[in-house]
Amino acid sequence: MLIKKADDVKSSEITDQNIYLNRRLFMRGAVLAATSVATAAVYRALNPPPVQTRPGVKLADVVKPAPQEAANTGFTINEKQTSFEDITNYNNFYEFSTDKGSVAAKAQGFITRPWSVTVEGLVNKPKTYDLDDLLKLAPQEERVYRMRCVEGWSMVIPWVGFPLKKLLDQVEPNSQARYVAFETLYDPKRMPNQRTGVLGWPYVEGLRLDEAMHPLTILASGLYGESLPPQDGAPLRLVVPWKYGFKGIKSIVKIKLVEGEPPTTWNREGPSEYGFYSNVNPQVNHPRWSQARERRIGEFGMRETLMFNGYADQVGHLYEGMDLRRYF
Amino acid sequence: MKDTTFSKALIFVNSLVPLVLLGWDAAHHRLGANPLEFITRTTGMLTLIFLLLSLCITPLRKLMGWNWLIKFRRMVGLYAFFYGSLHFIAYIWFDRFFNLKSTAADILQRPFIAVGMVSFFILIPLALTSTNKMIKRLGGKRWNRLHKTVYVAGAGGVLHYYMLVKSDTRIPLAFAFALALLLGYRMAKAYTPPPNPKTPSRTLIPPR
Repeated sequence: MLIKKADDVKSSEITDQNIYLNRRLFMRGAVLAATSVATAAVYRALNPPPVQTRPGVKLADVVKPAPQEAANTGFTINEKQTSFEDITNYNNFYEFSTDKGSVAAKAQGFITRPWSVTVEGLVNKPKTYDLDDLLKLAPQEERVYRMRCVEGWSMVIPWVGFPLKKLLDQVEPNSQARYVAFETLYDPKRMPNQRTGVLGWPYVEGLRLDEAMHPLTILASGLYGESLPPQDGAPLRLVVPWKYGFKGIKSIVKIKLVEGEPPTTWNREGPSEYGFYSNVNPQVNHPRWSQARERRIGEFGMRETLMFNGYADQVGHLYEGMDLRRYF
Repeated sequence: MKDTTFSKALIFVNSLVPLVLLGWDAAHHRLGANPLEFITRTTGMLTLIFLLLSLCITPLRKLMGWNWLIKFRRMVGLYAFFYGSLHFIAYIWFDRFFNLKSTAADILQRPFIAVGMVSFFILIPLALTSTNKMIKRLGGKRWNRLHKTVYVAGAGGVLHYYMLVKSDTRIPLAFAFALALLLGYRMAKAYTPPPNPKTPSRTLIPPR
């Protein structure tokens, strides 16, 4: 084997050791930076940042209850309201995504006009309403309610809506009607996660007639004085503040008065975990976790969960004599 | 991959990237509406990811012949323990506020907490015996046997995740599937008799 003598290579051709080491260092730095950026990109793709929800249409003529009345009726609670950003970026709306942080982005293009709501069943005057006519049935009111999710977190939300009773009075439930059944839109093209089997579609919910007629039970179409963003259940959703959040069915297309207790989605999914009533109750635990405490969104510590979510004075009488462990 | 120091540094830095981003987002209040839940969930997820990555190494060495991967197994495994510790601290702090009594009650009340806790505790002796010194002290066979319990921790971690989700079990099931695949491979290998030493193994025949 021919080995060149060192002299054969001109000294000018030898890469200076410093440059050689620098080049190596530079290459390594580049590899380190490039892989780190790639890892960061994967992390970011899996954890998308919150989206800025386009401001909705400002709702005109929203009635605010007088302070004294608001306190007695529970129509407005005097607690710090959860920020608009949090209310619109932390949503359980499985029709779009099962990830609470991803619903907002996936629901952005959801079109809610035209929209009609059919009210039928055991009523004297069944009717299919165009949404805009339905919203004119009664004055739009601001209601500041606590919202307690069955998962153990809570918010304070300034809804805009009107009592469900006003709609039910229009259609005149007959003497056989004892329950109200609700149904969400089923349209996998517009609600893409309906293509998966994570829940049985369409989402259905129900209330006893006296619960439905209670003045705290509202059909909401707005939030913070603006039209409801899609991720929060646009264009029309139910809000029942003394029950766990999942009872508040979103994007309603059908309301039916019935005689027997209607099936409800989460109860079908886990009969031992989610009851028909699902009243907020710190004494009755979810089989897999405690319901005694909750994390208020925006706060560090935990709060004690209140009986009927703090609306016991207003709704306690509805459940007098009922075994709430059995009818959870 | 001759230069182990650099490739180790590469993996070390990349494994820290999620933590750096988590810290960065936390400092800028960009962890979403429920930051404490996000931190707990993300560190838990990272624990499972690193645990599964560490379990991939032996099958990859055997299937692909990438023997050099062994040099990184300890670090990947220790990262699983590291993120597991952060997950544990996040729970004890943000969910229990360092209250031992409430933690004990919670373990009894929520089975998925008990399962997660046991899985994490299994990782502690594995992390403690990860040094060269400890491998020597225990002896390869005993060390190997001890470290097989990582599969128990992995199965427990995945079960812990599966038990806590409300209805969308797709991600925990994907983890379970991956774990079953890796464990299945190891078990199949363990129960296959070694090749007969009298018949020359294929590797001895020079490639032609």
